[in-house]
Amino acid sequence: MIEVYNLTKFYGTRPAVQGLTFRAEKGEIVGFLGPNGAGKTTTMRILTTYLAPTAGTARVAGFDILDAPLEVRRRIGYLPERVALYDDMRVRDFLMFMGRLRRVSRLKQRVDEVLEQVDLTDRATSIIGTLSQGMRQRLGLAQAILHNPEVLILDEPTLGLDPAQRVEVRRLITELGWERTVLLSTHILPEVQQVCRRVIIIHKGRIVAQDTTEALGERLEGSRRILIQVAGQEDLTPLLTRLQNLPGVLAVAPRDGHGLEIRTQAHLDLRPQVARTVLESGYDLLELRSMTLSLEDIFLHLIQQEDEEGEPEPESPEVAAPSAEASEATPTSESKGEAA
Amino acid sequence: MYVAGVLALREWKRYWTTPVAYLVAFLFFLVLGWIFYGTVAQALFVPGMVPGPEVIFGPALTLLVFSIPALTMRSLSEENRWGTLELLLTAPVREWEVVLGKWLGVMGVLTLLLAATLVYPLSLEYLVEPGIDWGHVAAGYLGLWLVAAALSALGVAVSALFRSQIAAFVVTLAVFLALWLVGMFAEAGSGGQAAVVFQHLAFARHFALHFARGVVDLAGVVYLLSLTAFGLFAGTLFLEGHKWRAD
Repeated sequence: MIEVYNLTKFYGTRPAVQGLTFRAEKGEIVGFLGPNGAGKTTTMRILTTYLAPTAGTARVAGFDILDAPLEVRRRIGYLPERVALYDDMRVRDFLMFMGRLRRVSRLKQRVDEVLEQVDLTDRATSIIGTLSQGMRQRLGLAQAILHNPEVLILDEPTLGLDPAQRVEVRRLITELGWERTVLLSTHILPEVQQVCRRVIIIHKGRIVAQDTTEALGERLEGSRRILIQVAGQEDLTPLLTRLQNLPGVLAVAPRDGHGLEIRTQAHLDLRPQVARTVLESGYDLLELRSMTLSLEDIFLHLIQQEDEEGEPEPESPEVAAPSAEASEATPTSESKGEAA
Repeated sequence: MYVAGVLALREWKRYWTTPVAYLVAFLFFLVLGWIFYGTVAQALFVPGMVPGPEVIFGPALTLLVFSIPALTMRSLSEENRWGTLELLLTAPVREWEVVLGKWLGVMGVLTLLLAATLVYPLSLEYLVEPGIDWGHVAAGYLGLWLVAAALSALGVAVSALFRSQIAAFVVTLAVFLALWLVGMFAEAGSGGQAAVVFQHLAFARHFALHFARGVVDLAGVVYLLSLTAFGLFAGTLFLEGHKWRAD
């Protein structure tokens, strides 16, 4: 369990993290989401007792990070941001070394198990400096789970992995999350949606939102969107007018080709009515789907909101432009509706 | 203590996978062997001259001053540069255990090195009638070992402040030379209170006046042990400092 109270850290006069308060329960995987420089790494370094907070405190696995740092260190597994490893050591020797520092029992056997889990068994005798970024990342993860910690703190665990490895690592994290508390930071949005039950979004050192992924979506969704593709007649104007007159419809706009986007009130599901109207007007319905906001939309929305509310800062738009990493995401998540 | 032991063992192994330790050992035997041979050869032609174990003590001290910075420059600066300090200090390891482990590792290397130079007194034992004074040898080696302990503790501490090995080397050497020269200034000066203090600070003076002459000087032992403790303590403080660093 992780409990954070009003955590604040200043680097000189620059605040890195301000007034962070959140909890992560056992058996929960919490995603820590934010643009680069939002304070994710600083928070994690404080929770792992590597840095001291300027104000506030936190309890990790039941121990205060300031009063009992060693007890905290015993109970956490940590994957640091840039996966710092001893480049001159061999993979197995490194794990043996870390295991001895942590007094892991039946260490040899445990190292074999963990190597198997992160798929590095065949590189056990390689020198760490010769490993690829993806392998380093997995070795960092191996080191973090070696001692079966109660709490796992993972700073960008899938950075530098190829898509197949990413899936594998996510599966591993999900598995580990069953009986542990996992806090993972990332700026890859779909990852959070897949792995985490709950998300904490931070921006400029403050929490802008924390909730389940679904609840976050609902909270922000002022309206619902239905997208349809029709055929049968060239002119869509009559259909457009008829749809506009349906009760609950806010707006209808043409989309590319023979498509229409219908905005409706959030609490109504108008898909059956829309489908009926299309058919009754003499069109063929090719496709009908309802669109919900993706985490990416929520994220951008929240951060924009925050920037607008806060004092204007010219250097803020480096923010959340979807990075190359995030491009594997579909821009909006779509749930296919069945045509009635 | 167990953790410090694990760290020391790793440090010890690492010294033998890099060229620095071998290079230092090579220099030690080259210089000491040359001086030893020279002295013994000279004694063959100078009637009444009996070479004692002190012939290697002075040069060994000089060698320590210049080689310890090379041995300790990596110890914590590399952890800083690689970011592996974060790995150590988020494992159940205390700051002082890291420093102690690093120091024990380098002391292992230096102890082995000093033990190996016993080959010179041993050969003197056979060359000189009626043998040499082993009490003298013991005092000299105790002095050398204590100086090595103090200097390497300071070296480890200085390396905690840097990410660059070269910077750590230069600053460590500067600190050693300052401590060394302080004694010379005291000699040259007019005396008085300050001179007495400076004389005590100069590790080389303690060594040359007492240990190298076969006398175990209590003040010297206390001073060198305090300097060791100070180095280890300073190193621990420097490591703890990272927690509040403001960058």
